[in-house]
Amino acid sequence: MIVAENLRLALGAIRANKLRSFLTTLGIIIGVAAVIAVVSLVQGLERMVTKELEGVGATFMEVAPDFADQTNSGPGIVPRQVRLTWDDGQAILARVPGIRVLTPVVMGKAQVKLGDRSHTPYLILGVNENWPEVRNHAVEEGRFLSRLDLERRKNVVVIGRTIVSELRLGSRPIGKEIYVGRYPATVIGVMEKKGHTLGEDLDDLVFVPFDAAVLLFGRNARDLVRVRLQVERADLVPQVRDAITGLLRQRHKIAPGQPDDFRIRIQDEILRSTQSILGNITAVVAGVVGIALLVGGIGIMNIMLVSVRERTREIGVRKAVGARRQDVLAQFLIEAVTLSLAGGAIGLALGYGAGLALSKVLPGDWPTAHVPLWAVALAFLFSAFVGIFFGSYPASRAARLDPIESLRFE
Amino acid sequence: MPLIELRDVYKIYDMGAEKVHALNGVDLTIERGEYVAIMGSSGSGKSTLMNLLGCLDTPTSGSYVLNDTPVQDLGDNELAGIRNKEIGFVFQTFNLLARTDALHNVELPLIYAGLPRAERRDRARRALERVGLADRTHHQPNELSGGQRQRVAVARALVNDPSILLADEPTGNLDSATSKEIMELFDELHRGGNTVILVTHEPDIAEHANRKVQLRDGKIVGDHETPRSPRSPSGAA
Repeated sequence: MIVAENLRLALGAIRANKLRSFLTTLGIIIGVAAVIAVVSLVQGLERMVTKELEGVGATFMEVAPDFADQTNSGPGIVPRQVRLTWDDGQAILARVPGIRVLTPVVMGKAQVKLGDRSHTPYLILGVNENWPEVRNHAVEEGRFLSRLDLERRKNVVVIGRTIVSELRLGSRPIGKEIYVGRYPATVIGVMEKKGHTLGEDLDDLVFVPFDAAVLLFGRNARDLVRVRLQVERADLVPQVRDAITGLLRQRHKIAPGQPDDFRIRIQDEILRSTQSILGNITAVVAGVVGIALLVGGIGIMNIMLVSVRERTREIGVRKAVGARRQDVLAQFLIEAVTLSLAGGAIGLALGYGAGLALSKVLPGDWPTAHVPLWAVALAFLFSAFVGIFFGSYPASRAARLDPIESLRFE
Repeated sequence: MPLIELRDVYKIYDMGAEKVHALNGVDLTIERGEYVAIMGSSGSGKSTLMNLLGCLDTPTSGSYVLNDTPVQDLGDNELAGIRNKEIGFVFQTFNLLARTDALHNVELPLIYAGLPRAERRDRARRALERVGLADRTHHQPNELSGGQRQRVAVARALVNDPSILLADEPTGNLDSATSKEIMELFDELHRGGNTVILVTHEPDIAEHANRKVQLRDGKIVGDHETPRSPRSPSGAA
């Protein structure tokens, strides 16, 4: 018998028992909705992180002091002194081939002020003139810090958009005098808008010359410098990393076998670790949802068994007028699959809706929910599979019914 | 060639401790165009015989040739095909599909015959016209009277142009006036050339047939040609 006819039959049977059909598919609806909601949130997050990191580029690298290895500290043992200085940075630039640009970074918190307006930015960064190129972050108005500004220790500052609005610098912020901590500085540039990442406002940043930041944050800052750089080509990244490691171990006099006192992060690794965390979240949710779908499938099997029993006479009549086993099998199987697919579709819509709503409601600047095509396909495949798997037994029971006994069934 | 030829047919049910001989060596030949009543009390084996004739079941032993096809050894699916092509059932309890309009009920055998939708609808509509229900095509069974329901069932039995119309106590659930109407419909179908087999225990229903086969204890104990009674064939009493 043709599929279209069975589909019409299935829809008729579902319509005839609307409430029951709905309750039957509730398990599937909830299961699919849950997985789609979580996947849409996680995917939105991953998309944003990936985009963010891709903006930095595959040739980005950061060398930072590593405090992680402090396990030897204890009574009588002097903790290892972790240091990373601008001298290290300059040595890297001078001795490691393959580096395009490099900037030291010191960061900390301080107030910025103009008149009676004050604001504490997310971070004050002390960098050199290479920052825009290293971090792929351009100036929108005015100019960035120059080598001359650094050499001559000029009191200049480049600010993010958020600072402009917080301090009410108006439409012509360039040239205005503000205070960064207790040091006055002239605004020479405003950075382009970058938006938010994981709750961090990338526009709430203040850039000052490296030496000015050291002055601002105290002597300790000089010893805890980060070095951010761009390698010339992506294929040189491992080579550059190894060379930096060798150089710094030598400069820091780290004995063979001892761990590094610095950490080198490359964009690829950041991306991979982020993706693996998000992948784990998705996997856990998928597992939970598998259970929900199992329960949903059992619900469908249960109702299909009831339905087969209720319609024993109908099956008898169909067989009497010429329905073969496979006709009856197809009829009930298609009914089960239609039920579960309908549940899957409703779940998909609900899940996406919930994801969108949650991404708006969640604290921080959660990215917009995004449902990838594979999740849609997976939801439907899974629903269809549940329908076929749990519909098979009731359908084969219906197909095997004896026509004489079915016709006699009260 | 006869339409139906049963030779030495046995049907034995294994009820655990004992074996029940529902049919005990039945020979029966029915020609095309006959109007036969199979009679017998409950337990005589007439239901078993009807199930065999209708290809719902196969004999334990013996042979059954229906329209040149030996059907005694066919499997489930082949029997379904034979039923679809050769047999039109009319049941005591109508057995229409609920929540399904008359037209679709009549269409049912054609669906399993694999006919395209337009042709099915057309033939189903004509079958309903033949039983006088042209104006009830979109009524559901619960919107129809008992007599009308049985007419829909007759239309369903006719729609495939089967070799045999097989009616099992077709008036058992109807009042006497409606019974008369339905029997007149069968008489008319017979006059139109259909082979009709009635299974009944009511003598006055059997009177409509022109051959009565009497069953008792799984055996044929009487087989009479009966000239139509005076009220037939016009149907007037």
